[in-house]
Amino acid sequence: MSESSSHAEAHVKIQDVTFYRGTRRIYDGLNVAFPRGKITAIMGPSGTGKTTLLRMIGGQLRADKGQVLVDEADVGKMSRSDLFELRKNKMGMLFQTSGLFTDLNVFENVAFPLRVHTNLSENMIRDLVLMKLEAVGLRGAREMMPAELSGGMIRRVALARSIAMDPELIMYDEPFTGLDPISMGMILRLIKGLNEALGLTSLLVSHDVDESCQIADYLCILSEGKVIGFGTPDELRNGDNAEVRQFLNGDPDGPVPFHYPAADYREDLMAGDPS
Amino acid sequence: MIESIRNLGRAGVDSVASMGRAGNLFVQSITWGGPGSAGFLDFIRQIHSVGVRSLSIIVVAGFFVGMVLALQGYNILIKFGSVSALGTMVSLTLLRELGPVMAALLFAGRAGSALTAEIGLMKATEQLSAMEMMGVDPLKRVITPRLWAGIISLPILALLFSTVGIWGGAFVAVDMLGLYDGAYWSNMQNTVMFTEDVLKGLFKALVFGLVVTWIAVYQGYDSEPTSEGIGKATTKTVVISSLAVLGLDFILTAVMLGGV
Amino acid sequence: MRMRNVEFMVGGFMVMGIIALVLMAFRVSGLSTDAVGDTYTIKARFENLGGLTDRAKVSLAGVTVGRVTNVTLDKEYYAAVVEMEIDSSMNVLPSDTSAAILTAGLLGEKYIGLSVGAEMDYLKEGDWVQDTQSAIVLEELISRFLFNKAEG
Repeated sequence: MSESSSHAEAHVKIQDVTFYRGTRRIYDGLNVAFPRGKITAIMGPSGTGKTTLLRMIGGQLRADKGQVLVDEADVGKMSRSDLFELRKNKMGMLFQTSGLFTDLNVFENVAFPLRVHTNLSENMIRDLVLMKLEAVGLRGAREMMPAELSGGMIRRVALARSIAMDPELIMYDEPFTGLDPISMGMILRLIKGLNEALGLTSLLVSHDVDESCQIADYLCILSEGKVIGFGTPDELRNGDNAEVRQFLNGDPDGPVPFHYPAADYREDLMAGDPS
Repeated sequence: MIESIRNLGRAGVDSVASMGRAGNLFVQSITWGGPGSAGFLDFIRQIHSVGVRSLSIIVVAGFFVGMVLALQGYNILIKFGSVSALGTMVSLTLLRELGPVMAALLFAGRAGSALTAEIGLMKATEQLSAMEMMGVDPLKRVITPRLWAGIISLPILALLFSTVGIWGGAFVAVDMLGLYDGAYWSNMQNTVMFTEDVLKGLFKALVFGLVVTWIAVYQGYDSEPTSEGIGKATTKTVVISSLAVLGLDFILTAVMLGGV
Repeated sequence: MRMRNVEFMVGGFMVMGIIALVLMAFRVSGLSTDAVGDTYTIKARFENLGGLTDRAKVSLAGVTVGRVTNVTLDKEYYAAVVEMEIDSSMNVLPSDTSAAILTAGLLGEKYIGLSVGAEMDYLKEGDWVQDTQSAIVLEELISRFLFNKAEG
């Protein structure tokens, strides 16, 4: 299942990862490698812990067992300061709700990481911020406050902010949810464009099969804590895994049953007499 | 039966774990410095939103409390023919007890709840996570300046509460009830001790400031990232910190007076 | 611009705090600056203080001229020793000046009242006031009154 990615060097490797949330097991011996410089879409039914996977790569959650390697360094074993160093220089993440600072305007939001992490002059910061804002097409909105922006614009500002420090790896958590078709098109173009222009390794968590297939080099399909399919969209669509095909085609019934496991329907109805 | 014992046990374990998390938060955020640490300006901004914005409620409340104390005190003391002790009574009550305690309770309602809601909202809108992923430690950036602003602000607010209260008492005693102005002040000056009464009261306020702010930032930071969770956390902040202030007040008073 | 406003208000807040502390120190708890340096200390022995405490006023002809600084017990005479700081501008107290513990009003505070004598030399640092009159204890006064009644 990973021959297709063997030609590209892995940027992020998940090895034998087990993760529990409370007593519920989210991952059980998960193994997957994300190739450098490519867009990989991580997909799967709701509740399979796709966001959890991103948070483990970012070091916000630690695996109970196994290793999460970013550039061959185990994120789970890093000290707090090493972790912050890694995030500052190597990683960017776009959150589902964007996480823009509501008390800062667009310009200051994008300038935030630069101001915190660098000693650049005000002029340099201005130039860099305007470059990033231009890349997402919002140079004209720099004075606006987050509350005045539309959902699509908010996500683009957040994107500009997460690439402000020129990361090597960028993670998108559900970047398409709640967007109108035009905004969706813009975000798609941006993700693809950034990947091509900067050679960013992009990890994309999404439910939207069509959109993801448009831009992703690889798909990684998760189900019940395991990878059930990894490959290019075409490979998977024509593959022999019924569950993967069900997911990609959006069939209501199949290997993932329509009915949640339950007792026999007739018996269940009969058992309802009051006692 | 077994179910309820199990629930009780779980609640116990949860609250111990919660205290552990609160302790961890305190240790990590009480010192300055670290990835993306807040600067002096952030600190100033927080003193503004925590302290300056609580000023009006503190001053108004202090004035009324002082007036009521003088009115009640006058009516009691006049029966014993010792209205000259009114100034002493008003000032000692305010400096030792009501100043720090009332200021802390008002502070919990005004600034504490606002802190919890603000931090809870930052968490729910993933601003804290975003910060973390930008290599900025939210504990150092967000919590530290707020914690210190609370520690610094409450003693000042308590002091202002007492001051306004004493002058409010003077207003009632001297201007409304016609007490001789010198009797109000000179008796007070003879009895009130700067270190014993003023400084010990300030120390109480310092402790309350620390505890109330700590509870507020912890509840915000640990809240469920939903609007319902933030609402619950805000209520918890006010309830827990009010009780903590009253309980601690007894302990501190007992230790300071050395009577118990 | 907005930040300057914030800074200004926080500065004002701090200044208010300091002013309040100063008011507390001088107006409310009656610390006075001139107490240090330009005073001299005299002592007096009393049989009974009747509730006189530190920082009580020392007055002459109704004007405050000093404060009580220390109260100790003299083990030899079984009497109280009161040290008082007198304003150095009042350095002309005759050496046979007497001191009495008085009460302001019926239930008011206790203070020391000085009455001047006629000697030509004056009290100096560390001198003793020889002639003292203890506090009038209400219970004693009442019992004496009753005793006299019974005799007469």
